[in-house]
Amino acid sequence: MEHRWGMAIDLDRCTGCEACVAACHAENNLPLSDPAEAEKGRAFHWIRVDRYYEGEFPDIRMKYMPVLCQQCEDAPCEPVCPTYATYHNAEGLNVQVYNRCVGTRYCGNNCPYSVRFFNWFEPQWPEPLELQHNPDVSVRPGGVMEKCTFCIQRIQRGKRDANAEGRPLADGEVQPACVQSCPAEAMTFGDLNDPESQVARLAASGRATRLLEDLGTKPKVFYLQRAK
Amino acid sequence: MDTVVETRADNLRETLWRPLAGASPGYMVALALTFLLGAWGLGCWTYQIVRGIGVAGIRRPTMWGFYLVNFVFWIGISHAGTLISAILRLTDAGWRKPVTRIAEAITVFALMIGAMFPIIHLGRPLIFFWLVPYPNARLLWPNFRSPLLWDLTAIVTYLSGSIIYLYLPLIPDVAELAQHATGWRGRLYHLLSIGWTGSDRQWHSLERAMHRMAGMILAVAVSVHTVVAWDFAMAVAPLWHSTIFGPYFVAGAIFSGIAALLLAMSIIRKLLHLEAYVLPVHFDNLGKLLFLMSLLWFYFTVSENLTTWYGNSPSEMNVFGSRVRGPFAPYFWVMVVCNFVLPFLLLSSKRVRSVRTVTIASVTVLIGMWLERYLIILPTLSYPRLAAATGFYKPTWVEISITVSTFAAMTMFYLIFCKFFPAIAVWEYKHDSHR
Repeated sequence: MEHRWGMAIDLDRCTGCEACVAACHAENNLPLSDPAEAEKGRAFHWIRVDRYYEGEFPDIRMKYMPVLCQQCEDAPCEPVCPTYATYHNAEGLNVQVYNRCVGTRYCGNNCPYSVRFFNWFEPQWPEPLELQHNPDVSVRPGGVMEKCTFCIQRIQRGKRDANAEGRPLADGEVQPACVQSCPAEAMTFGDLNDPESQVARLAASGRATRLLEDLGTKPKVFYLQRAK
Repeated sequence: MDTVVETRADNLRETLWRPLAGASPGYMVALALTFLLGAWGLGCWTYQIVRGIGVAGIRRPTMWGFYLVNFVFWIGISHAGTLISAILRLTDAGWRKPVTRIAEAITVFALMIGAMFPIIHLGRPLIFFWLVPYPNARLLWPNFRSPLLWDLTAIVTYLSGSIIYLYLPLIPDVAELAQHATGWRGRLYHLLSIGWTGSDRQWHSLERAMHRMAGMILAVAVSVHTVVAWDFAMAVAPLWHSTIFGPYFVAGAIFSGIAALLLAMSIIRKLLHLEAYVLPVHFDNLGKLLFLMSLLWFYFTVSENLTTWYGNSPSEMNVFGSRVRGPFAPYFWVMVVCNFVLPFLLLSSKRVRSVRTVTIASVTVLIGMWLERYLIILPTLSYPRLAAATGFYKPTWVEISITVSTFAAMTMFYLIFCKFFPAIAVWEYKHDSHR
């Protein structure tokens, strides 16, 4: 296994600005939902910012937690798919093959992080937004499941460019859209197999925790926060 | 002596064949009404296929809704036939005769309806056959680790098995009908009788086949509902991931199956004037069985909920709390009343138990068991582990229409069945009088 992609998110740095959410929408051709559909819980946010409150109003502290597909090593979404539409690729990513998906939505139910999104209708964009689609990312049809890919199109391009120049991929060369656009620099992306990479060092630091770790899903997203 | 047997056989035939000839205006109205409702459901499904599954109320995080509630409910109803009739056949219970065919027909129709729901529920229903276990053009098999694949395999096995199980005891009856009917009906019966002449050898083979099918179908029926339970129990979601689900679902399925059988028996008895065949003792016996299953259901429900409450794990308590005192509490307590309190009052005492009270109890059990399936699926999905993703499901008119139309379809299938085949196996009575 050449690469094992992972991410670290520093919760002490996150300001909850949701720039990552907007960047993800633009990069990954996420369908837009009208307000009525969004209210029904059908908005697409491959990355979302969960808010947690501490204390009683007005003496309140708010904490933000960006939640995206945790790219679990033992992903509960994978075994339940009858058509192998979701499976583990050689670089440890949970990839979704849209063409295979028949839409049983079992993976969505079995994801403890609720990060899977279903195309309830054929996707639509108000004019002229469909003109700004990213040509590197396919537009998903109605009736299939989708989720964060760690911007696999950027990973592929980075590997191709490095290969063409006959050099190894440098740490930090590939950045998903959310990481690239984080103004607080709270997010780090890289290869966990490379012990010298920034993300591997952060993941090994004492501040790293993983979401719902006791479920044994072995997520590859690490949340950094002060030990209490 | 022989003439007495003959007249008895003629009487039998007259009573049990009477419903096959002609159709009253009331029958035609009922048939038209159920047909229209069923067609409306098909229309709604077409609309859903054209517009997208989004016309249903399912959403994130409650990605499964009414369709899967109905799926589990109808598969449960289908246990009426096989289990009851197979057990009665294997134990050679003498009183089974008027019950078995009514039960076996329920199984086939309920399965036909139930098996449709997973397809209705798919995001891309037109390629549902991708779940069928054979390799595609790229030699990729479907995923045998997925409970949904087990489910499809189990249900297809069960449906084919129960069609055979319904058909076998029909053969002597259709052969006899073929001798009397003319025109296309005659040809149909003749075709279905597959050369039955009633020779000793044929009787022997038939009895052996029925006995073996009864044994096999029993095993298949238990495994099917266990697999349906595993669709949920294999998930890591709170309160789905439970070891008790297999037997709990099987018990619930038999429970609702008996209720459906009793309801069908009391309607058929009334409408086809079979009071002389479907006797109060049949209601009394099956009523006792319904009561037993009610107690078993209560025992399972207490076991499941008490251990959850005592264990006090936060993510499970969220779901548990929503059921007993949260937004799902009204349904939960209605379910307990329908499945336990009312059956207890109506069935436990010999003095109270009658055709009427048994029928009422079976209606409440059907309502209660539908609610049980709703309460298994939706609270868990509404309260995922990350509280920020909490969300509630509201069915739309499309889902409600399709749900209602399946009840109409069940009635319609039954109406048609009763016009083509005697609701009670005629030969089983004659057979006995010959013995």
